[in-house]
Amino acid sequence: MSWGARDLTVRFGKTIALDRVSLALDPGVVHTVVGGDGSGKTTLLKVIAGVGLDHDGELRLPGPGRTGYVPPAGGVFGDLSVDENMEFVANAYRLRGWQTRAAELLDHSSIARFGDRLAGRLSGGQRRKLAGSMALLPAPDLLVLDEVTTGVDPVSRLDLWRLIAGAAAAGAAVLVATSYLDEAERAGKVLLLHDGATLAAGTPEEVRAAMKGSVSDRAEPEEPELAWRRGRRWRQWDPGGAPSGRPTLEDIAIVAELQTGGGGR
Amino acid sequence: MKAMILKEFRQMRRDRRTVALMVGMPVLLLTIFGYAARFDVTEIRTAALGPGAELVEGMLDDAFEVVVTDSSGDSDMARELLADSEAAVAIVAGPEPVVYVDGTELFIAQSAMRRATSLPDNTQVEVLFNPELSTSAVMVPSLIGLILLFIGTVITSLGVVREREQGTLEQLAVTPLRPVDVIVGKIAPYFLVAVFDMVMITIVGIYLFDVPFRGSFLMFAAFAFVYLFVVLGLGVLISTVSKSQGEAIQLAIMVLLPQVMLSGMIFPLASMAAGVRWIGYLLPLTYFVIGMRGVFLKASSASALAVPLLLLTLMAVVIFALAILRFRRDLAPKHVSKAPALVGEAAA
Repeated sequence: MSWGARDLTVRFGKTIALDRVSLALDPGVVHTVVGGDGSGKTTLLKVIAGVGLDHDGELRLPGPGRTGYVPPAGGVFGDLSVDENMEFVANAYRLRGWQTRAAELLDHSSIARFGDRLAGRLSGGQRRKLAGSMALLPAPDLLVLDEVTTGVDPVSRLDLWRLIAGAAAAGAAVLVATSYLDEAERAGKVLLLHDGATLAAGTPEEVRAAMKGSVSDRAEPEEPELAWRRGRRWRQWDPGGAPSGRPTLEDIAIVAELQTGGGGR
Repeated sequence: MKAMILKEFRQMRRDRRTVALMVGMPVLLLTIFGYAARFDVTEIRTAALGPGAELVEGMLDDAFEVVVTDSSGDSDMARELLADSEAAVAIVAGPEPVVYVDGTELFIAQSAMRRATSLPDNTQVEVLFNPELSTSAVMVPSLIGLILLFIGTVITSLGVVREREQGTLEQLAVTPLRPVDVIVGKIAPYFLVAVFDMVMITIVGIYLFDVPFRGSFLMFAAFAFVYLFVVLGLGVLISTVSKSQGEAIQLAIMVLLPQVMLSGMIFPLASMAAGVRWIGYLLPLTYFVIGMRGVFLKASSASALAVPLLLLTLMAVVIFALAILRFRRDLAPKHVSKAPALVGEAAA
């Protein structure tokens, strides 16, 4: 069964945080939401997770307790140990025989040996992995992870993505918000948000195809307003150019920003 | 250095609660100590009883405000009036006049004894309920209220705010736990701790400080039960309007301080200026103190304690209901209330 939202709109007072956003979340597929700060990623994920934000539009979500959610910050009980955190989830979801699965998840997250350590004393990356393991423990139908890899060391990021891929392989629909575009590149579906509205959606290829103009690699920018640095070289957007090469999602995100009036980089 | 000072002032200004505390605290303290915190008693509720009660009335100092006059009253009636807090002093006139003084009102009792010199020389003074005018006998029952207020309000609010700070409140909303599970599960442990503390303080008070327990246990339990809901409700309410533990503590101080000062626990309500005294009558601790002194020391009649108990119950209902509503609003998952087959079709 596919979950999702149609024409989802969320207002905070006069601010429109989400403007008629639609997305479909298929089982076994990893979906990513990318976008800058204030693009509405967190709001979208909250609504999809069922945290209880006021919204307009249609939602199709799994039943109570069938969603796993890692909020943008924390998501673990800092004054409980790693094992106690897992036990709390197991009790809250009334799981039986969960110990094996918990041990596996912690093992895949490389935090199994910290079972007795207080979650608050874990490193940032370890804490996020624990939060991910907690969300996965009840084997949810829908897994919603908000910036779970942000500020996490590369090795922990790999661990987290292993968890995410494992959940999708087991049949869960996964929705991940991320600021790392290489992560979005690997996902089955991408939703590019800007100022609460959808800029592009689909598979990475479809999102690429939807980009207007072309992006090229240069030693020096010819039009500084339309160029940005990448490593030692420059990337430049040509709005009228025929599609050529293979723009990265990062290129596409920056082009989207330029199109909507953002300055050059 | 200029950079630091500028930064500090800017931060101070942004934190509205700190500003409120900086402005509010002096105002509060000035009000309390200027108008309320008085040890000098200028108004003593007095009953004039026995033959010639009217005559006695004329002989009294201005401070004695005669609220009951009954020429057929006797010493039993005097005890009753004092036990039920109808009066703080009862004078039974006659050939050998006796002045009964309520020993649970320390300052009023002392003042009354000083002023009783205007009465005939053979007048006897008898202090009831607390003949030695011991401070601990009066303070321990009130302290139960203060300690519960402290634990219930501060500890509970910290516990709930911590959940918010850790970002786990939203996560709880996603679990199959119903809001009622979360609320009751969150508050019940604090309730139990508060009950444990209350029993401990009571036992220590009775056995270590020799505080008498003269009234009915049932009445004690009723007051305690209702009061616990008040303090836990206050704690939850504070937590729902606080973003951090620091904010919660600031707010808790603002809730605690007036109760300590204006509840009649330390300073008698009778000696407060009328403009401030009404604040005292809005505070839950005021009624709990009346109840505890009544139960422990005076064995007040049930009918005399019914009004404070009722008022406290009313506060408990209002505060607790408000707390639950606000807490629920914070964490109620909206889609859980609907059936799993949800609104509309799957999106495009």
